[in-house]
Amino acid sequence: MLNYTLRRLMFTIPTLLLISFIIFLILDLAPNDPTGNLPLTIPPEVREKIRQSLGLDAPMYIRYLLWSQQFFINEPLNLLNQWFGWCIGDCEGRLRVSSWATRSPVVDLIAERMPQTLWVVGMSYVVGILIAVPIGVISAYKQYSWFDQIGTFIAMIGFSVPTFFTGVLLIVIFSVWVPNDSFFWLPSIYDTTLEVVDWDSFMLQVRQMIMPVMVLGLFNAAQISRFMRASMLDNLSQDYVRTARAKGLKEKTVLLVHVLRNSMIPVVTVIALGIPQIFGGAIITEQIFKVNGLGQLLIIGIQGADIPLVQTLTFLFAVLIVLFNLIADVLYGLLDPRIRYE
Amino acid sequence: MRDQSATILDVANLRTVFNTRDGQVFAVNDVSFYLRPGELLGIVGESGSGKSVTMMSLLKLLPMPPAEIQGGSIEFDGRDIRNVPDDELRKIRGGDIGFIFQDPMTSLNPVFTVGFQIIEPLRVHMGLNKKQARKRAAELLELVGIPDASARLKDYPHQFSGGMRQRVMIAIALACDPKVLIADEPTTALDVTIQAQILELIKDLRQKLGMAIIWITHDLGVIAEIADRVAVMYAGQIVEHAEVKELFANPQHPYTRALLETLPKMGEARGTRLASIDGQPPNLDHLPVSCEFAPRCKHAFDRCRAENPQRRDVSPAHDVACFWDYSSGGPTDA
Repeated sequence: MLNYTLRRLMFTIPTLLLISFIIFLILDLAPNDPTGNLPLTIPPEVREKIRQSLGLDAPMYIRYLLWSQQFFINEPLNLLNQWFGWCIGDCEGRLRVSSWATRSPVVDLIAERMPQTLWVVGMSYVVGILIAVPIGVISAYKQYSWFDQIGTFIAMIGFSVPTFFTGVLLIVIFSVWVPNDSFFWLPSIYDTTLEVVDWDSFMLQVRQMIMPVMVLGLFNAAQISRFMRASMLDNLSQDYVRTARAKGLKEKTVLLVHVLRNSMIPVVTVIALGIPQIFGGAIITEQIFKVNGLGQLLIIGIQGADIPLVQTLTFLFAVLIVLFNLIADVLYGLLDPRIRYE
Repeated sequence: MRDQSATILDVANLRTVFNTRDGQVFAVNDVSFYLRPGELLGIVGESGSGKSVTMMSLLKLLPMPPAEIQGGSIEFDGRDIRNVPDDELRKIRGGDIGFIFQDPMTSLNPVFTVGFQIIEPLRVHMGLNKKQARKRAAELLELVGIPDASARLKDYPHQFSGGMRQRVMIAIALACDPKVLIADEPTTALDVTIQAQILELIKDLRQKLGMAIIWITHDLGVIAEIADRVAVMYAGQIVEHAEVKELFANPQHPYTRALLETLPKMGEARGTRLASIDGQPPNLDHLPVSCEFAPRCKHAFDRCRAENPQRRDVSPAHDVACFWDYSSGGPTDA
């Protein structure tokens, strides 16, 4: 297993290098001009100077190699310096991947935005799983009951109605219709500056998280509960379930030990594969509720033609996807004794 | 017809129906049989004749719905278990009655160790602690002939061969010293040499432990080898029932005769076509109002198509559900 994991990790290196190059190529092909948003009064010569200062006059492969050097070598060294105080090489003058728009290092921007995204989107994923697993289990066990029918109906709606609709709908209901002084009123804007210091500020934090978390959580729950239900149904009709009943086990044991354990194998994989979406996939929801997380950062970067920012963020999402694919495979092997990677 | 005094299991007029979208399927119709302590009752019949459904109805192991037990009584060890509460029934399942299923490849849970699966019923029914249960589980594996038993408790089912898995299933079924063991085609999925090993094992265990066994099969050869009594099922009904020697020597139902004729004979010339029974087994979408075998029967006459024959005694411990009387070569008296 360890051997397999290490071998897979080795394989991710060329994969990721290739992905980073493709992302760079695609962004380079896009008709983007970082000076495009500057006032028209700036003369073309000055624009050209600005472009030169950003290194845009160099050939594509040089720019790619420079980005690679900055991202793969300078940034990790810088992290070592920041975290442990180890200084390797030139710690002060080292070039880092910088945003064209803000001039600050991209990695610092990402580090700033990460907590909001992890809190809101991560929490919504956890909420989604906590809702989905019991619903999936009960729906399958009581197939075609009213519970299952309602669950199926809600899952269909949750899955087919986009989050930009449910998000706005919730805002209209809980921030507009519900009066300001009501207990049920919820803020429509996520305030990142809020610091949790006491009970009141904690409750404020909870209140401002409810809507984005529920919008995303229900969307995730709709998806996962369908997987859970299908997987449970697959297993409920298996012979080993009859064996477990014939042994005289309680129905609860049969369901929650024998069937659930088997049903979780594919669902855990689906959940693991969905985790990269926590980082990148909630772009729209973050935009609606003004959560200044990674998704919003990416949108700002795209709108401002901030190529280094977009390149780095997109590549980080790719890293996460490759990594969680590996984690899903390893989990699969851990959960299912029949699968051993030798 | 039956000796009420010394039965451990007595089933009368059992009727099981499946309520499907296309209507009802009458899988088990008025089945009655009994089982004495320590004896081996063989149940033979084609696929779909209701053998397994009958046995699973006893312990309500069928998915309900769609299955529904509509009538009959099931008396086990002196009490009626058809209407016992669920937790009472659970004590019987795996405790007093052990079950072995057809396909050992799928009957064990793939993600738990064999040890875990044997220990489960021991802890539930016998109240053993972990250590005692482990010890007993190892003994059981040894009993069913798995070498290096205590080490193999940690193995998963996929690490066992088909025959070994069936031995594990047998160990689970025998875990709590059941009074009755129901074996639902336990050798069908195994190849012939393994089948012979399992038959030997069961014979051996029966001698050692003395439980009664119901053996479901479609293989008359197996029945001849191990059974004391045989019930032949057709279309959800028992059509003939006799001691094993009597049944093979003096079959009274045309279906039983036809079945026996289909057995290939030793020393038969090569190239002879194997005998078969013409026609198809009947649809079970209606309650039997006539003899279900009549369309395939060479003796069928008017009464067979108008009335469903009831089981009648031909000799002590031998009964048949047929209007044709082989001894006189004509219909029985109405």
